[in-house]
Amino acid sequence: MSEPKYVLKRAEAVPKLIGNADDFLIIAGLAGPAKDIGGMIGDAPNAFKFGGAMGGAVACALGLALAQPSKRVLCITGDGDLLMSMGSLAMIGALKPSNLSVVCVDNGLYQETGGQASHTSKGVDLAMIAAGSGFPVTRDVQGEEDIEEAAGVLRQSNSPAFVLLRVDSSEAPSSKRNLHAAETKVAFRQALLGVR
Amino acid sequence: MSAEGSGDDGWKDQLYKRLRDADITIFAHVPDAGHARLIDLCDADPEAISVPLTTEAEGIGICAGAHLGGKRAVLLQQSSGVGNCINQLSLIQHGQFPFLTYVSMRGEFGEGNPWQYAMGQAVQPTLEAMGVHVMTARSPADITAMTEAALTMAFQSERAVAILMSQRLLGAKKF
Repeated sequence: MSEPKYVLKRAEAVPKLIGNADDFLIIAGLAGPAKDIGGMIGDAPNAFKFGGAMGGAVACALGLALAQPSKRVLCITGDGDLLMSMGSLAMIGALKPSNLSVVCVDNGLYQETGGQASHTSKGVDLAMIAAGSGFPVTRDVQGEEDIEEAAGVLRQSNSPAFVLLRVDSSEAPSSKRNLHAAETKVAFRQALLGVR
Repeated sequence: MSAEGSGDDGWKDQLYKRLRDADITIFAHVPDAGHARLIDLCDADPEAISVPLTTEAEGIGICAGAHLGGKRAVLLQQSSGVGNCINQLSLIQHGQFPFLTYVSMRGEFGEGNPWQYAMGQAVQPTLEAMGVHVMTARSPADITAMTEAALTMAFQSERAVAILMSQRLLGAKKF
């Protein structure tokens, strides 16, 4: 059985899907998604980007969403990061915070460690897992024509939303990021709360 | 039910009140007999948010995310769950996030299930290896004093603190 080949390039598709990043408080998972966001907005303080603690981004985004119910929170994660934290989808599905959207940039690869195939390249469907975990709204974006509608879904405010963005194996944009989480944490809080 | 432990659960109600008075509004937890009263109180509290986890590791992210959003959270877990948290504690230590967890202990004082000893005995050294201050409460008076200390350490000094709740306090489960 030949696996489907996906055509979207993350360097173009992620900015198009997210659109104006100022619409969100953003938690970015390590590796590719952190670079995607860094490429879009550098170290702008409305995003907290992981550089380690793999599997922690989705739970962190939920904590933020619960703490800031009037703000839209966006978690952008990768397939490897999310495979490690699939239970967090169940946690969100059970609580159903109306202000949390999750984007999984799925290239089917562990690109950061040399491009080993991930489980999603062998048939695991994270959008179906999100739906089965209780996300009322999910999308599986595979082509250019799907992006605009999914961008709207990320901004709807009735329920948590999950968007799987299937991309090819092209690299995330390289960007110089501040990897000192104590500094980026303070910057995030200063911008949001006015306190360190 | 208890091998020893305090028959008076009033300290659990007082602990919940103290945490709420300290502006903790988010309680992340896994099902646990030792924390059952706290979880019930949180579930019944319209001003608090009860977050059922699928693994204790998620509680680390919840606490860090809550701090990013300006709220205080606490993680309630059992000793076996501490092992699930270790790498996630990178986020707490490296990011200098305030962190407070209560750990109901197994595999120590009076434990009758030998499976519990491996992780139970590893709780303190592994937490300390990840930069978490560890205190062990063996009486209701310990809980009161250690909670006061831990609230200051976590939320004023931005340290990571674990209060271990010994079976000497909670009572050992019978096997």
